[in-house]
Amino acid sequence: MPRVVLVGNLAQLTGGVAEFQLSATSVKQLFQQLAELHPAIQPHLEEGVAVAIDGQIYQDALFQPIGPNSEVFLLPQIAGG
Amino acid sequence: MAENGTNGTNGQGYVGTRTIRPDGVDKVTGRARFGADFNLAGQLIGRVLRSPHPHARIVKIDTSKAEALPGVKAVITRDDFADQSSEFIPAGEMMMNYKDVVRNVMAREKALYEGHAVAAVAATSAAIARKALKLIDVTYEVLPHVIDVVEAMRPDAPLLHDDLFTVGVEPKPDKPSNIAKRVEITLGDIEAGFAKADVIIEREFKTAPVHQGYIEPHAALATVSEDGSTELWCTTQGHYIVRAHCARLLGLDIGKVRVTATEIGGGFGGKTVVYLEPLAIALSRKAKRPVKMVMSREEVFKSSGPTSGATVRVKMGATKDGRFVAGFAELKYQAGAFQGSPVQPGVMCAYAPYDMENVHVIGYDVVSNRPKVAAYRAPGAPISEFAVESVVDEIAKKLGLDPIELRLMNAAHEGTKAAYGPKFGPIGLEETLNSIKKTEHWNTPLRKWQGRGVASGFWFNIGGETSASLTVNEDGTVSLMAGTPDIGGLRASLAMVAADELGIPYDKVRPIIGDTGSLGFNFLTGGSRSAFSGSMAIVEAAKQIKAELCARACKLWEAKPDQVEFKDGAVRPIGSLGEKAKPMTIADFAKVAGKTGGPIGGYGRINAQGAGPSLGTHLVDLEVDPETGRVTILRYTVAQDAGKALHPAYVEGQFQGGAVQGIGWALNEEYVYGADGKLQNAGFLDYRMPVASDVPMIDAILVEVANPKHPYGVRGVGETPIIPPLGAIANAMENATGIRFTELPMSPPKVLKALREREAAAKV
Repeated sequence: MPRVVLVGNLAQLTGGVAEFQLSATSVKQLFQQLAELHPAIQPHLEEGVAVAIDGQIYQDALFQPIGPNSEVFLLPQIAGG
Repeated sequence: MAENGTNGTNGQGYVGTRTIRPDGVDKVTGRARFGADFNLAGQLIGRVLRSPHPHARIVKIDTSKAEALPGVKAVITRDDFADQSSEFIPAGEMMMNYKDVVRNVMAREKALYEGHAVAAVAATSAAIARKALKLIDVTYEVLPHVIDVVEAMRPDAPLLHDDLFTVGVEPKPDKPSNIAKRVEITLGDIEAGFAKADVIIEREFKTAPVHQGYIEPHAALATVSEDGSTELWCTTQGHYIVRAHCARLLGLDIGKVRVTATEIGGGFGGKTVVYLEPLAIALSRKAKRPVKMVMSREEVFKSSGPTSGATVRVKMGATKDGRFVAGFAELKYQAGAFQGSPVQPGVMCAYAPYDMENVHVIGYDVVSNRPKVAAYRAPGAPISEFAVESVVDEIAKKLGLDPIELRLMNAAHEGTKAAYGPKFGPIGLEETLNSIKKTEHWNTPLRKWQGRGVASGFWFNIGGETSASLTVNEDGTVSLMAGTPDIGGLRASLAMVAADELGIPYDKVRPIIGDTGSLGFNFLTGGSRSAFSGSMAIVEAAKQIKAELCARACKLWEAKPDQVEFKDGAVRPIGSLGEKAKPMTIADFAKVAGKTGGPIGGYGRINAQGAGPSLGTHLVDLEVDPETGRVTILRYTVAQDAGKALHPAYVEGQFQGGAVQGIGWALNEEYVYGADGKLQNAGFLDYRMPVASDVPMIDAILVEVANPKHPYGVRGVGETPIIPPLGAIANAMENATGIRFTELPMSPPKVLKALREREAAAKV
């Protein structure tokens, strides 16, 4: 199962738990599973977070696949000037 | 490689050559139309009444006298904007809250900074509009103000918002404060890291708020018809974002608002938000005539967003052989009057250039009575990385190590776990350091009062939603339409990609920027994304054209799909089909388009992913005048990883432009406030930006470590080059004077003071 790590303040919404093993095979499923476990995180997932899958950062990519051995980080969304 | 300003290929295509800029002639002849150049018949002139107070409750606004003045056609205040609920949405640089946006474009309960819009008028002339502003009677209850970020964090500081409770702290505070948010990232065990350190350096730094300093002030021209259809021309980095904000703030359907981005005289992040645009629409809607509004330079400084000033504390530990073992930082960023400083990216970028096991960075987003900050090239990163790069230099000096070798020893590379979490793919920091090391510049001797400094920088880069189209015209030429304003060479870059993809000459592609009614949604030009994402959309559009042409060829030749291919600008028969069919170029298909299925075109609509970070290293030589404290930049070299430079001259221009803006940030630029909370230098005479005569020709070294996620290997390049100058110049100053400057800008009075204090201390 992919290893999922919450970066920064997101773990405050999951009772301090920053690392998960989830069965998600896509970003959409990942968000669903996290929201089911910790409803407080759902609004933040909807507002937008970046998802790094095996080092590659994706933003607003619900259908992006997640491999069974992937390492996934949830990050604050990134923009620029 | 082709010479600058030719339209030749390099034998493999146009990408990587220095083609003529499609917007060049218009810009050098003055024909290009910027925001303030647009006019409509019967237009009114709009002007804004702004708060003279940095912090005041607005008790009453009486507009009756202004409305009665002949020639005044509309007056608007807070009453013309419905309040917005508290809802964060991703927009421009960072998350923004419409509850704050509506209050920033027009003050409601309070004026929160000098220059905050309080009312606006539209009149038949600028003179009448100005006179009308004087007739608006605003009753203020003046409140105590706070400007400095550290003072704003104190429990007894004047409070800007009664409902602002710090997010990110446990337990949740029961009292409001000016601290909007606390953020942090943690990697490894910081205390264990420091325990391994042989050398620990801890320093506090201060940086001043600086403005993006675009030459062209904000400008908007709006016209609203009786049925609500709205047209807006404005200077912006993202006309789709302007459309969304205006529609939301004014209760309009997005589909009824059409926004055209004019040519833009610089944005650098500062034109990712709205100021005049909703006011112009609201005035036009009320007056039933077009309304044109242009900010003065003073308004630009006082009322549009600079970037944050900050206080930063950095503590780094290294072993005696130069390995970084721990990095801590605490960042306090000014957000201006409303929450939303770029402290989050500042936190994430602080140690990103380095391969470190133990990192802990904390950041605070703090409001004070200043204009709300806006994005500025790599928002937040120059501040935190300046502090870290200064300390890295101190570590090198303390350990007697070459600063480039020390950075190489610790440089992030493919596979490094970034301090903010994921592992890096291929990145080019080591290549930039090695490039700088090999320059003649690095090895040239210096004289007394001269110093040399080096620093590196990191920025993420992004992709995002992008639409672009290619249309084959009747004669076989191609019209290219993009939906992100061209600030740094987008039109040339996309035209080159289209020419290469379709196998046609570059000068047969005419690139334009479409309005919001012409293409699907486009995120803005920002985050170093437009050439990266736009070129991916163009590749997609070209694919569609090639597929369509092949399909039509099959029908014409009565062939199967595997009997044709698109190659070198033509559909070609394969094998025996060649005996009865001759290759057909795009121009050939254009001639028979009507008979073979109609117009030919492609439409790339993507959410571009796969942006690769860009890292760079800068090298600077400077000279300090010990009599005046003036610092002269003698020589400057930038090396940065571009992945693949689509148009090398434009990429070099980005490197040079970023370096110059960083030089200004390091040496001279700052917002100066009086004790009365009012800005004292709201003009280019007193806000000292570098001009051409202040800087030498900046040498640019293109490093190209291909981004594997882009069809041409492209990385965004626009933001990284503003990051290293601050640290590189501070390091050069130390090299020149022996003094570690920790406060920006290192302006002549500060430099002179430091030199004199050292002189006085030596005499004691």
